[in-house]
Amino acid sequence: MSEDDERQQSPPSDLEFVSNKARNCNATGSGSGHPELQSTYPDQVLENVLENVLHFLTSRRDRNAASLVCKSWYRVEALTRSELFIGNCYAVSPGRATARFTRVKALHLKGKPRFADFNLMPPDWGAHFNPWALAMAKAYPWLEKVHLKRMSVTDDDLATLAELFLGFKELVLVCCDGFGTSGLAIFVSKCRQLKVLDLIESEVSDDETDWISCFPEGESNLESLIFDCVECHINFEALDRLVARSPSLKKLKLNRYVSIGQLYRLMVRAPQLTHLGTGSFSPSDIAGQGDQEPDYVAAFAACRSLVCLSGFREIIPDYLPAIYPVCANLTSLNFSYANITAEQLKPIISKCHKLQTFWVLDSICDEGLQAVAATCKDLRELRVFPVDPREDNDGPVSEVGLQAISEGCRKLQSILYFCQRMTNAAVIAMSKNCPDLVVFRLCIMGRHRPDPVTGEPMDDGFGAIVMNCKKLTRLAVSGLLTDKAFDYIGRHGKLVRTLSVAFAGDSDMALKYVLEGCPQLQKLEIRDSPFGDAALRSGLHHYYNMRFLWMSSCRLTRHGCQEIARAMPRLVVEVIRSADEEEMDDVVGTLYMYRSLEGPRTDAPKFVTIL
Amino acid sequence: MAFEKDLNLDATELRLGLPGTSDESAKNQTPATLRSNNKRALPEESMSSNATASKNCDQETAPLPKAQVVGWPPIRSYRKNNLQPKKSEGEISGIYVKVSMDGAPYLRKIDLKVFKGYPELLKALEDMFKFKAGEYSEREGYNGSEFVPTYEDKDGDWMLVGDVPWEMFTNSCKKLRIMKGSEARGLGCVV
Repeated sequence: MSEDDERQQSPPSDLEFVSNKARNCNATGSGSGHPELQSTYPDQVLENVLENVLHFLTSRRDRNAASLVCKSWYRVEALTRSELFIGNCYAVSPGRATARFTRVKALHLKGKPRFADFNLMPPDWGAHFNPWALAMAKAYPWLEKVHLKRMSVTDDDLATLAELFLGFKELVLVCCDGFGTSGLAIFVSKCRQLKVLDLIESEVSDDETDWISCFPEGESNLESLIFDCVECHINFEALDRLVARSPSLKKLKLNRYVSIGQLYRLMVRAPQLTHLGTGSFSPSDIAGQGDQEPDYVAAFAACRSLVCLSGFREIIPDYLPAIYPVCANLTSLNFSYANITAEQLKPIISKCHKLQTFWVLDSICDEGLQAVAATCKDLRELRVFPVDPREDNDGPVSEVGLQAISEGCRKLQSILYFCQRMTNAAVIAMSKNCPDLVVFRLCIMGRHRPDPVTGEPMDDGFGAIVMNCKKLTRLAVSGLLTDKAFDYIGRHGKLVRTLSVAFAGDSDMALKYVLEGCPQLQKLEIRDSPFGDAALRSGLHHYYNMRFLWMSSCRLTRHGCQEIARAMPRLVVEVIRSADEEEMDDVVGTLYMYRSLEGPRTDAPKFVTIL
Repeated sequence: MAFEKDLNLDATELRLGLPGTSDESAKNQTPATLRSNNKRALPEESMSSNATASKNCDQETAPLPKAQVVGWPPIRSYRKNNLQPKKSEGEISGIYVKVSMDGAPYLRKIDLKVFKGYPELLKALEDMFKFKAGEYSEREGYNGSEFVPTYEDKDGDWMLVGDVPWEMFTNSCKKLRIMKGSEARGLGCVV
């Protein structure tokens, strides 16, 4: 969800938070260990009341709005904000954030832009967690939770978290890198109150440290342990013992080095699990211990609370029937690493009546999607990933699958669909059948592909989506698209916050339509599209309202970007060079620009030029 | 791996082509359907930062009609690198054979399609059953070991693993048995 960071419209700097008066710490736990002092001033009483009331505000948008009411509300809101979300770590400095918000217990920070995931950005661009870790160690020693996305985290940072925050409870790292198993080892060994350690799609280097063994002995508070992305062997016996002494464990997602036999043992230990990532879901190569295969069906049947199932990293489909007992209760099923056919899917999916989230590989073909549509009437989120992510292949899924889903899953809210061919008709059908769509991401893998039936561009399909799906906030387009598609988006996509464009559009007009037409636009990422400086200029009125703009391999010149930088002092305009580009080139390879209260960052690497 | 030399597969390989012609492309052939449906996603192709058409054409795999572009389609490399080839009992893919070892109480199953050749297969068998196959030579079979890998072929004959070219082996092997060395004498040496 796209959220606001520190607003550009925040009160001017002469309005400083003055904390001469002693604050009355109420019992609702916005801080810990502050002395209670009574005061007789009436506005103090008012502020105390306000504090109690504002404490109930959880939505950060509401809080941002509340903070703008007046100085008093600004002060009190800052005191009562316990969860701090910063959507772009460079929009504000750690110092400024900790100065304003003094009682933060949870920090949620995002770093690199999403296109960095696809190798469009050289490594070591930035987004270092380190300065934040240090700042928070001073400002929030009571910090309990850190949630990072696309940040660089070092082993030292992990050590800092464990050593300097005594009550630390939750660490969630999504798409992060820069650390290894040795950092994990230090972290888990010193973090005695740990409840949640979720490593999601992060790159963890294998320092050959047995981090699982480093969890302290004795009963553990662990509620969630997710490490399916960790590509190293783990000490299974140590894991087994850990699970055995974690009575509160509800979420466990294993990596692919855990065999199905080992999974069985863990499931027997922890039938209370609600979320399970199965690991490899195949037998290990090493000869097993027992004479017979364990009763996997019974193990699954014993997990009566299981609602979310994933893993299947090296699946042997013969074992799939083991999960039958839990299918009826599943609300989330992730088969996106399981290369299975429609026939193998059908007996499973036909039992999954309550499924709301389904991630799958296109190996199930249109036929598999039809089976999903036939049973999963409650489906909210669907993601179909390609087994073979190359262009110009015959794809196993097409407009047929999309049409079927649109007809069967009327409550669909979010879809990500990779395919080789798609028709306008199917997209239009989905726009009409699924009016609740909030996220529509279609990736036709062949670049510039028209509708194969009509030969037309895909303009009308996406046009229908923005016209008919009134709640749409996130859109990713693909296929052959003219400026017309963007005209539609500008006219009808009034709630769109995130837009992803690749290999699309004919001229500057396309970008102009979007920048002028979409008032809620926060995140715009564009690659390989013919948009130049004139188009960039058309967004000047809006850039301060956006989190970022990314444009790579478009038609921007340094000159044009410089103009923007001059016109908008609170915008950081980064020109990122790829390995083979020279600094003198006027052509801009990649533009990444974002609003910031801090001006140019000081940690930019050599291949980044800040205009 | 030492086995490659010891097994001297090139010398024992039966070929249809003229002597001296390269066998590379034959070794990498897979049925067309297999390639398009079940092939493991190529991990490095479009992820190297300066991927060009010429680079990609050097790959042994299917020639690409279009240059692969960096970061397209937008799949995280983590996901690309983690897709495994299909393992199933279906006709199209996966050659599952039972493996037994004399004296061991249980059978294992392995998928021959996963291995590229004898050295890998033997290593896997050794790891699985904790034995050493010894050195293979076409004349003397497996020398210097207590256990010998054998297999039953389509005709019901018991052969020594390694006697026939790999392709022929995977197509004809019905089951594997790791025999005690003493029992295996007289097997193999099929020229």
